[in-house]
Amino acid sequence: MAQQPIEMILLHLWASYIAIPMWVVDVDGNLVYYNEPAEQLLGRRFDEAGEINANELAEIFVTTDLDGEPLAAKEIPLVIALSERLPAHRQLRFRGFDGLWHDIEVAALPIEGQGGRLLGALAAFWEMER
Amino acid sequence: MRVTLWGTRGSVARAGMQTVRYGGDTSVVEVEATDGTRLILDGGSGMMRVTPGLGSFCERIDVLLTHLHMDHIQGLGFFYPLRDPDIQTHIYGPVSTTMGLRDRLSKYLSPPLFPVRLRDLEAVQFHDVGPGSFEIGPFTISADLICHPGPTLGYRIEENGNAMAYLPDHEPALGHREFPADAKWTSGFDLMKDVDLLIHDAQYTEEEYSGRVGWGHSTLKQAVAVASQAGVKTLVTFHHDPEHSDEMLDEQLQKALAEDLSLELVPGRAGSAFEV
Repeated sequence: MAQQPIEMILLHLWASYIAIPMWVVDVDGNLVYYNEPAEQLLGRRFDEAGEINANELAEIFVTTDLDGEPLAAKEIPLVIALSERLPAHRQLRFRGFDGLWHDIEVAALPIEGQGGRLLGALAAFWEMER
Repeated sequence: MRVTLWGTRGSVARAGMQTVRYGGDTSVVEVEATDGTRLILDGGSGMMRVTPGLGSFCERIDVLLTHLHMDHIQGLGFFYPLRDPDIQTHIYGPVSTTMGLRDRLSKYLSPPLFPVRLRDLEAVQFHDVGPGSFEIGPFTISADLICHPGPTLGYRIEENGNAMAYLPDHEPALGHREFPADAKWTSGFDLMKDVDLLIHDAQYTEEEYSGRVGWGHSTLKQAVAVASQAGVKTLVTFHHDPEHSDEMLDEQLQKALAEDLSLELVPGRAGSAFEV
């Protein structure tokens, strides 16, 4: 269990204080943290879910566009932020741990540390009126 | 390796009768390998105390800066090897996204703040250091960015299977609701893990810390907690607050020693030396 870089530690702490749902992945795309507001949206506490491997994420959280059409990975903001190191935003629909569907707006940012190291990505969610 | 503390004070040098035993000079630690290779950790006002020990035979000196706050670099300009073209001086410091180490140090080492320009010191080489490991002589040095305002490194130094760590300005408790926290989310943990000797920030009292959260420093209690969690054998207190007298530091130490500790707790006093 390697220690996280300081930029990720501070991001994790900051996100834990922010009232907007937030989700943090490491450089390999593994989900390493989501905050309390995100727990309500995802349907499970982070302490219960724990970290989730990148390969399992797509299986757990089914994602579509607002018409219910499946989204390719490259269309998902968090994937764009991590793979292209660019900010990304879109509206989408996803299914949480509890099986409920949510329409959300997602804004994702790549996390670059000192010296230009790519460390992971951060996504913030806003639930839309349905 | 032999570790000698030359400057133990934090923030600003504080000379006077009240700081005689712990020392009034700011951060400088010397580390000497068994083959004589020397490292200087930080360049505070304690640099003036290192100089006489170097002698005239020294061909190379390596100065590892944790960060560029003034109390960690103010002695650099007075460190005579920098002005001696026969001594190869290497200065290491934290990598920045916006500017190289040489350019950042030049802000201080140039008029009007200092009479000599850094560019005139021909034998000095600069190394921008990010997270990772490198070697100097028999030393293996691991560096990582740690929790302190602005890019700041902590160092872990190993030689012949022995290890010491140097985190003079460090606030690992920042933001944690419970401390110590999970090791994976604790700043500096990998640097400190299982070291024989840890030199760590212990600037504030508990009362002071509550009004200085985010200033980048620890209390003695926090230092003990994180060192214990990391399995440190000996913890040396460091970066003493300039407002704290020898008597006050003695008192804080005795209070900490009264607890049931899993490590050896040693006061960081200028001139103290440790065999690791």
